[in-house]
Amino acid sequence: MSILVNKKTKVICQGITGEQGTFHTRQMVAYGTKMVGGVTPGKGGTNVDGIPVFDTVDEAVKKTDANASVIYVPAAFAGDAIMEAVDAGVELVICITEGIPVLDMVKVKRFMGGKKSRLIGPNCPGVITPEECKIGIMPGHIHKAGRIGVVSRSGTLTYEAVDQLTRLDLGQSTCVGIGGDPVNGTNFVDVLEMFAKDKKTEAVVMIGEIGGTAEEEAADFVKNKMKKPVIGYIAGVTAPKGKRMGHAGAIISGGKGTAAEKMEAMKRAGIKVCNSPADIGKTVVEGLKKKK
Amino acid sequence: MNIHEYQAKELLSKYGVPVPKGRVAFTADEAEETAKGILKNNSVCVVKAQIHAGGRGKAGGVKLARSHSEARQYAEGMLGKKLITHQTGPEGKEVKKVLIEEGCQINRELYLGMVVDRAAQRVVVMASSEGGVEIEEVAAKNPEKILKEYVDPAVGLIPFQSRKLAFGLGIDKSLVNKTVKFMDGLYKAFTETDAAMAEINPLVITKDGNILALDAKMGFDDNGLFRHKEVHDMRDLDEEDTKEIEASRHSLNYVALDGNIGCMVNGAGLAMATMDIIKLYGGMPANFLDVGGGANKEQVTAAFKILMSDSKVKAVLINIFGGIMRCDIIAEGVIAAVKEVGIKVPLVVRLQGTNVELGRKILSESGLNIITAEKMDEAGEKVVKATR
Repeated sequence: MSILVNKKTKVICQGITGEQGTFHTRQMVAYGTKMVGGVTPGKGGTNVDGIPVFDTVDEAVKKTDANASVIYVPAAFAGDAIMEAVDAGVELVICITEGIPVLDMVKVKRFMGGKKSRLIGPNCPGVITPEECKIGIMPGHIHKAGRIGVVSRSGTLTYEAVDQLTRLDLGQSTCVGIGGDPVNGTNFVDVLEMFAKDKKTEAVVMIGEIGGTAEEEAADFVKNKMKKPVIGYIAGVTAPKGKRMGHAGAIISGGKGTAAEKMEAMKRAGIKVCNSPADIGKTVVEGLKKKK
Repeated sequence: MNIHEYQAKELLSKYGVPVPKGRVAFTADEAEETAKGILKNNSVCVVKAQIHAGGRGKAGGVKLARSHSEARQYAEGMLGKKLITHQTGPEGKEVKKVLIEEGCQINRELYLGMVVDRAAQRVVVMASSEGGVEIEEVAAKNPEKILKEYVDPAVGLIPFQSRKLAFGLGIDKSLVNKTVKFMDGLYKAFTETDAAMAEINPLVITKDGNILALDAKMGFDDNGLFRHKEVHDMRDLDEEDTKEIEASRHSLNYVALDGNIGCMVNGAGLAMATMDIIKLYGGMPANFLDVGGGANKEQVTAAFKILMSDSKVKAVLINIFGGIMRCDIIAEGVIAAVKEVGIKVPLVVRLQGTNVELGRKILSESGLNIITAEKMDEAGEKVVKATR
């Protein structure tokens, strides 16, 4: 088992004929992901390496029976692309695009209210269930099928954690990048809930960063509902107030959202918090031992 | 991106938000001229230093003048001088322009602000009877004094919501409609310019029954600037760190910090984690620098130049997790940058990920004096040691 995606997931790529879209579609196919189609308005009827391209998501879904979409559309048009996928009834929409205006995302979230789609991202590396399905931009080869769930707001920092888990032969059940934007589709709590129910996941690594209160809400959930060990790390202890640290959502505003507050809340909830990202792997090993 | 008070007031008045009459002045002559005009109909005018930092009043950056010569004197006292407020840091900020405005008779001072609330994922309008005080202070001491209305983006700010806030603030019945109009204008300005923050503090009710934005602060979502040229043009490079400006020209994310270890990392989360690990080993980072997931040779070189231009930097740590980007390409980029820019301080490079063996081989065979590390903690330890 795994969460969100597996070898049966049928994926279309929005923006497939763009440079990023084409490159990553090839990488996903090479990993074994079932890429069944692509969408670029105006390029319907063409194909990319034999993968059919459609003008609309609606048509792509009807013709291919896709249940997931990955979006590489430029930021100015990405909000539109997400809503098109949601309207077409795609169950899982993963938006990789970075730099979407936050007020566009506010509208997207309003549009999604009451609809069945789940959005992952934007501004995220995507979702991977190792050795089954990779949807996104993460390097597939550092992953290994296994028993640890990973959920993170970051990209390369997640690879760091994944690499440690692979080297320790623990592997990953599924890795979910929820993205670094202030308004996003899926938060830590949503993913923790899924990992809690997933039989294959024995422990969860949760990587947060400064800004917002998503980590504090996750800590509440862990305290009250989560029986599996959770190992946490928060980036940005040294980040100054009021400065955006790369990610649009990584900012301490009004003195709120500091790493210290988040780590404190997580520790109180029984999460094993690492002070150094280099310790994530070994802390997972310790967490699994204590469980037994 | 932030703008000055005078720019925010110009922008807001286009959306029908009432602001005091005034004009920006770059010289004492201009200040005196504007004051003359204002004092024809007013007994006082206000001289306000224009810098991107709050706390100007307490620091002597806001003065009341009763004559144009007095206004000139105050403008001369501010222009070209550093103003130190609790938000500028001890080094202060040089004042390059002043706003000359009509004075008014204040009856009440209120607070009105708008931001995107992350938890609610909507724009929230905040109002408080505690005007002139920092909202964080009110939030900490008297959170019940902050009234909030969340705006549904599909319909916008509805008049009843503004009325609720106005009555909640105890605004006189005769002024409620004016208040609703004020809030409506502010919300339109906010959403139509992709603002990230708008703050009217204080919002004043004058003795003659008007509502005015006595101060105005606006910040914008950098990701939305591409569709607002008029806002983008208000950017004041004098208010920004020169290294941050150079970085933004190369699409690099750079934030200047106080320490002495320069960092270059791919990815924002990993960049923050690298800074943290430096601190864990007793050092302090000189900067945050994210070269992005797909950094090329030109960007690595530009990033390297920025690090080297910082005289505080006593050692450099490059930490790259090669994903799609291969380590051998990054190693070549680093070598090219070192050869082009030169380096006088110790350089620690830690590569991990795709093609890491080849990357490390290229570095070790380059003949350059590079300290390599395999793990992140090892890299942190080595770079801190190198500064000692």
